[in-house]
Amino acid sequence: MATTSPSLARAAELRRRGRFHPGDAALHGVTLVAALGAVALLALIAWKVVDQARPAMHRFGLHFLVSNTWDPGIHQVFGAAAFIFGTAVTSLGALLIAGPLSIAIALFLTELAPRWLRGPIGTLVEMLAAVPSVVVGLWGILVMGPFVANHLEPWLKHTFGFLPLFGGDPSIFGLLPAILVLTIMITPIVSSVSRELFLGVPQDLKEGALALGTTRWEMIRGVVLPYARSGIAAALILGLGRAVGEAIAVTQVIGGNVAIHWSLFRPGDTLASRIASQYQGATTKLQVGSIAYLATILLVFSLLANVAAQAIVRKVARRQPVIR
Amino acid sequence: MATAVTIQPERRVDLTPQATLPPPERRETVFDIRGLTARYGGVPAISDVSMEIYENLVTAVIGPSGCGKSTFIRCLNRMNDLVPAFRAEGEILYHGLDLHGPGIDPVAVRRRIGMVFQKPNPFPKSIYDNVAFGLRALGMKDGLDGRVEHALTQAALWDEVKGRLKMSALELSGGQQQRLCIARAIAVEPDVVLLDEPASALDPIATSSIEDLMHELKRDYTFVIVTHNMQQAARVADMTAFFSLSPAGEDGRRSGMLVEYDATQKIFTTPADRRTEDYVTGRFG
Repeated sequence: MATTSPSLARAAELRRRGRFHPGDAALHGVTLVAALGAVALLALIAWKVVDQARPAMHRFGLHFLVSNTWDPGIHQVFGAAAFIFGTAVTSLGALLIAGPLSIAIALFLTELAPRWLRGPIGTLVEMLAAVPSVVVGLWGILVMGPFVANHLEPWLKHTFGFLPLFGGDPSIFGLLPAILVLTIMITPIVSSVSRELFLGVPQDLKEGALALGTTRWEMIRGVVLPYARSGIAAALILGLGRAVGEAIAVTQVIGGNVAIHWSLFRPGDTLASRIASQYQGATTKLQVGSIAYLATILLVFSLLANVAAQAIVRKVARRQPVIR
Repeated sequence: MATAVTIQPERRVDLTPQATLPPPERRETVFDIRGLTARYGGVPAISDVSMEIYENLVTAVIGPSGCGKSTFIRCLNRMNDLVPAFRAEGEILYHGLDLHGPGIDPVAVRRRIGMVFQKPNPFPKSIYDNVAFGLRALGMKDGLDGRVEHALTQAALWDEVKGRLKMSALELSGGQQQRLCIARAIAVEPDVVLLDEPASALDPIATSSIEDLMHELKRDYTFVIVTHNMQQAARVADMTAFFSLSPAGEDGRRSGMLVEYDATQKIFTTPADRRTEDYVTGRFG
């Protein structure tokens, strides 16, 4: 009877597995607090913003969304319509330019550029995202604004002046400069996400297409773009979220005007830029509440955009082809 | 655990009787390869390969791993152009025209010389669109439905998929996917179909259906198949080329080389080269 055989002793050691490991417990605790903290912070911000907005929500209700008056004077009437409109026009305009541009950049970097050029250009494009938005805004005022007012807008007016979009007098401040600034700000993110998507297209699919005697363009159109389609949609929504939320640079170039009009040359305002430009000067409780109401709208939209992008990404991840 | 010292029995390959190989004077040369050396970043993958590949025959390329079989076959439709730092020397005359010569359009080359890959690579599209893809890209749109049906029939897949052409190709089994890739390749009516270990990812039944297919289709096409399965080469090929690694040169590097090229029957029964015999009998070290 070998009750103390070495193997039995070794087996007995296994039972200590349930022992308390302080390192693991600490790790568990710290990470849990961090994760819950992020959730709590989001909830707190949302609650606080809505709470601040309560006076305005009480006073104007949903009519706030369709009213385009912003009168902080005696009448104290506020509405978000002009800013929602301005946000929609500038963000969608930026997306319309940045989308194709970003896809072109990503295709060049993954499929067409010589290998030695891919790294440097890719890095530089991503560095564009690192430029602080206030600097982009300053550049917008000092460099881009005059160029837009003196060259781009007169040319657009001359060529496409029959469209209401390009009517009106050229100006340094306006919706068009805001669109261009936003384009600069969202191109890096959309192009770098698209680049990752294109890199993820399996090489054997590309070779399969080329082996049929297709040209590079036919291969890209037939295989690469369809494969990356949903991912590109998600990237565009991410870009849209960024454009909608951008405040500083837009405030610097958009001109700050409460109006709904079709001319891209005239000044306007967005939800984010109105919040940024007005909060400090807000005097009454109702005005502060109205600004918080704008923030609520912005928050809801940003969250929705993010959820939509994540849903698409999840759908794409599920759809990844499995070769059986 | 017993240590795995099993003694390999001498492995003889069964030769299935083939349709008789046409005599040399009746063979039409498709590829005349002269002194082909292919390098990746200066390192030769194959050195000084010279052989002729004949029309409407199945030519197999066999040999151990790393001997440049795939590199060789990918030279034949300039697929290696996609590999950075790839260089080829020597000539590959396709009906007398050097494929690497000036003014040769690789897109046009691949249109005449199609390819099927090791891993089935159907596009994430419907079965129909997989076959129609190349046809549409090449402007062969007249009677598209008929062409798709014909290609699928030729690839012995039509009966299995005719009711569900709109279904995603990714839902097919591996063997069906590979036959779909063959259908896709022959739909655009190439002269030559190159197959790079087309059955290595397939089970024996799927493998055998692909082999049957090659027997059927070689009346219309010229096939070059890379395989590391000697049984397969013996079953499908009229001609067989045995590639191996050269002895180490002064720099200690070895590269792929053509050891022997002859009628399959000859390669597997009375090879002229000792190395070929060692390989086909399983004594290869």
